[in-house]
Amino acid sequence: MFRIESKINTSSDFYKENDKRNREEHALFKERLDKVKQGGPEKARKVHLERGKLLTRERVARLFDKNTPFLELSPLATWDMYDNEAPCSGLITGIGVIHGKEVMVIANDATVKGGTYYPETILKHARAQRIAEENRLPCIYLVDSGGIFLPLQSGVFPDKDHFGRIFYNQARMSAMGIPQISLVLGSCTAGGAYLPAMSDETVIVRKQGTIFIGGPPLVKAATGEEVSAEDLGGADVHCRTSGVSDHYAQNDEHALAIARNIVQNLNSRPKFELDMSEPEEPYYDPEELYGVVPYDYRKQYDIRELIARIVDGSRFHEFKELYGITLVCGFARIMGYPVGILANNGVLFSESSLKGAHFIELCTGRKIPLLFLQNITGFIVGRQYEAGGIARDGAKMVHAVANAQVPKFTVIVGGSFGAGNYAMCGRGYFPRLLWMWPQSRICVMGGEQAADVLATVKIRQLEKEGKKLSKEEIDEIRKPIVEKYTAESLPYYSTARLWDDGIIGMTETREAIALGISMSLNQPIPDQRYGVFRM
Amino acid sequence: MGQIDMADKLFDKILVANRGEIAVRVMNACRLLGIPTLAIYSTADANAVHRRFADESVEIGPPPPLQSYLSIDKIIKAAIENKCDAIHPGYGFLAENPLFPDACEKAGIVFIGPSGKSMRLMGNKVEARRKMVNAGVPLIPGMQGAGSDLKSFEEAAEKAGYPVLIKAAAGGGGKGMRIVHEKAMLKESVEAAMREAKNAFGDDTVYLEKYIENPRHVEFQVLADNHGNTIHLFERECSIQRRHQKIIEETPSVALTPDLRARMGEAAVKATQAANYRNAGTIEFLVDTKGGFYFLEMNTRVQVEHPVTEMVTGVDLVVEQIRIAAGQEISEGARHAVQRGHAIECRIYAEDAENNFLPSSGDILYYEEPSGPGIRVDSGVTGNTKIGTDYDPILSKLIVHAPDRNLAISKMIQALKDYKILGIKTSRKFMIDVLSHPEFRAGRTYTNFIEKNMAGRDDGRASLSPVAATAAAAALAQKPAAIAVGMKHIKPSPWQTIGNWEIGMRCAR
Repeated sequence: MFRIESKINTSSDFYKENDKRNREEHALFKERLDKVKQGGPEKARKVHLERGKLLTRERVARLFDKNTPFLELSPLATWDMYDNEAPCSGLITGIGVIHGKEVMVIANDATVKGGTYYPETILKHARAQRIAEENRLPCIYLVDSGGIFLPLQSGVFPDKDHFGRIFYNQARMSAMGIPQISLVLGSCTAGGAYLPAMSDETVIVRKQGTIFIGGPPLVKAATGEEVSAEDLGGADVHCRTSGVSDHYAQNDEHALAIARNIVQNLNSRPKFELDMSEPEEPYYDPEELYGVVPYDYRKQYDIRELIARIVDGSRFHEFKELYGITLVCGFARIMGYPVGILANNGVLFSESSLKGAHFIELCTGRKIPLLFLQNITGFIVGRQYEAGGIARDGAKMVHAVANAQVPKFTVIVGGSFGAGNYAMCGRGYFPRLLWMWPQSRICVMGGEQAADVLATVKIRQLEKEGKKLSKEEIDEIRKPIVEKYTAESLPYYSTARLWDDGIIGMTETREAIALGISMSLNQPIPDQRYGVFRM
Repeated sequence: MGQIDMADKLFDKILVANRGEIAVRVMNACRLLGIPTLAIYSTADANAVHRRFADESVEIGPPPPLQSYLSIDKIIKAAIENKCDAIHPGYGFLAENPLFPDACEKAGIVFIGPSGKSMRLMGNKVEARRKMVNAGVPLIPGMQGAGSDLKSFEEAAEKAGYPVLIKAAAGGGGKGMRIVHEKAMLKESVEAAMREAKNAFGDDTVYLEKYIENPRHVEFQVLADNHGNTIHLFERECSIQRRHQKIIEETPSVALTPDLRARMGEAAVKATQAANYRNAGTIEFLVDTKGGFYFLEMNTRVQVEHPVTEMVTGVDLVVEQIRIAAGQEISEGARHAVQRGHAIECRIYAEDAENNFLPSSGDILYYEEPSGPGIRVDSGVTGNTKIGTDYDPILSKLIVHAPDRNLAISKMIQALKDYKILGIKTSRKFMIDVLSHPEFRAGRTYTNFIEKNMAGRDDGRASLSPVAATAAAAALAQKPAAIAVGMKHIKPSPWQTIGNWEIGMRCAR
């Protein structure tokens, strides 16, 4: 494959300005990440440690093989929500390896409001399960939770995607042969009791883990019986008498060791194989991404410069380079894995959509994973283009993306606006993983455009009533809209609400994608089938 | 959990300034002591076993050793940045470079080994010999310098006793060398040696020393702490060498009687004390057929062949090294160690024994170690390891322990046969041939063993019977799938190669 030839001048003001501001943006991201990684308030952590328990991150670290990656999901969930009282939404989820086998870990953080479930905690839990299901990853639940966060019960309990869904997912995954393993490291009360009960294998820690449908206070109120938590649902009860748990652990370390032994005995299937080549670092330093990628998504640049700093050897076999040039398509390798890349280089025209659909067909036919690099303001608009059938051609690409059976990965590297988000495999198109970069933006449209649209509607309305607005009055209407859109299009706003799988740094994108592809191969890639393409 | 109480932790974190099997070996000792380890690796070793085996790892530079494993500055910097309070050098690379302990001392890091001063002393052959003479340690008798006239040669020969060896000072490769068995031949031989030396090296300076017939290479393991204890842990015989490199080592040596062992051990301890040496070291001797022994040099590091000593004494030498460096006494167990049974080590090199032992490179496609009671493998490789030519070709060491020498040899041959390394050429088959040789069984292991007994050996390839070849071909044809699985080159997943990684790790400014 030929190497992309970079035309970047690293001493230009444009490069330097981007480099400075993107690095600032990444430092801010790191600062926020470090903050939420501490977990709950210091006092809660102290009490937790005094009980002889390990902090949740420590548990996760000890579960996985030493010196291996941890691909964490949405660590900034609930960021800037609920006065930031629920860092990581009280739940740590992510993919790591145990005895070389990729697994999904879902771990409550009892130092955050007793590990109770906020609405976003449910979303995060269910998302991790969905990833596990799509990629056939054994699930390991480190349970230490008081159940539903009662003040917000209406957003957590009743609906189809709420708390009950978790156990539904467990049952279905178990049926698919995706192992479900629970470690009871704290309380599992009421609905929470089903997490271990629905698992294939369960470990419980003596004098620390408890499982019961009704806790001691409820028992007292209902029957008058007085019983301690340990006698009601401790390790001895469940390992010796009830059979709710299968393995008896002395402490956290022991329980984690048992979990590792369980994974060793899963008799895992070999993974789907891709034609791998020798992994190679990019020829151009990924650190240069900070300067290459404009801090302001509205600034134009050649997306190939970005691709050159992510793919092996900066080599890229471009497809239809001269046709539909606002969408760059081509084959490359990431840490040895073959990928088909679709990356925006402007708005989508009919030609670029057709090219995208064609390229996706190539990749799905060859069973090559797809990588979407989103920097898209939308499809082209205007009379000429509507008459040319942009909706029909756009639909072809959307159809191809929606039905592509190969693993899909999406990184929002700049703006993600409007229908462009759909065509480029946005959240609704179920990429296996979707990440945002710290300087990126996501919104139905830009704040200025939204303000213009809404102001125009308002002016028309008032004109009908015979009124005319002054410039100040128009600005008055526009201002709150611009502000609202600006705030809501930030990646932190998105990631807090689980619209993505997390924010990642520019220079670590390569590894994240490679880890993601490796993980995705636990699910064999099926033969491709499409529906009707509108011609 | 097999670990000692954390309250006894000797160091916070140890940087292991080496690669391959010895790095893994040292990390194992650190694990026993509950000390976290930091691996350093060059870009050629990003997927190396030693990197994955450590608790943490840092890249130290490009493949050339001078820019990575030999770069004192980079290693010290890595130790400081990663909060290591001690460094273990392993063997090779910087292990015997006195500048390294000096730099550690300057940086306030404990060097697990002797002081730079001791290294300098033992590195200077003339100075070391002088010290040994003063301490009463025997050296090969002979001239201290070049001979001036025939008379000085005659006197020196008389003193050393015939036969004697005339050697070129600029020497090497046997040129200018003459063995003289009686006085009558001395004049003629000195003149001939001088002529030859002049022709070969342009320098006719020759000197004389006692000729040791059928010498053996026997070394003594020593330990010295800061509490006044200096002990030896008996001998290792390392006579089986090719191109001056040891390939098979064993202990005890068949050449040593209890009395000779006691005298040599005493000399080794004296030599160690004379050098004011601390930590683990090795005193090398040459032993002749008449029970005479002569000091050669001192190795100021842990030896490649240290496992045989560990097998027969039950002492973990690297643990002792770390404890001594932390200021502790030599352990009770080591101070009262005795020799139990017999141990042999074979070094497994990536090399082509049929092609003058040239290093071989490539990918290990399949790897399976032998196992069983008394079988130990110290390895720096695994399946899917790329073997380059950037570094020493040692892959691993196979060590066996058995009640006596005969059983140890049999066990080693069996273990070598069970050791499966496919994809690259190794010295495995050659080792089996050496061990199977009747001279080896008989214990006639002199330093010239390989040249004398192994030249022109038949490696069995030429004699592959046509029947066997046909059968193999038929099997290949019938079972393509099975062969394909065995031969396939499975690339490691990024989960195994990236190492410690998490989101946000690289985002700090």
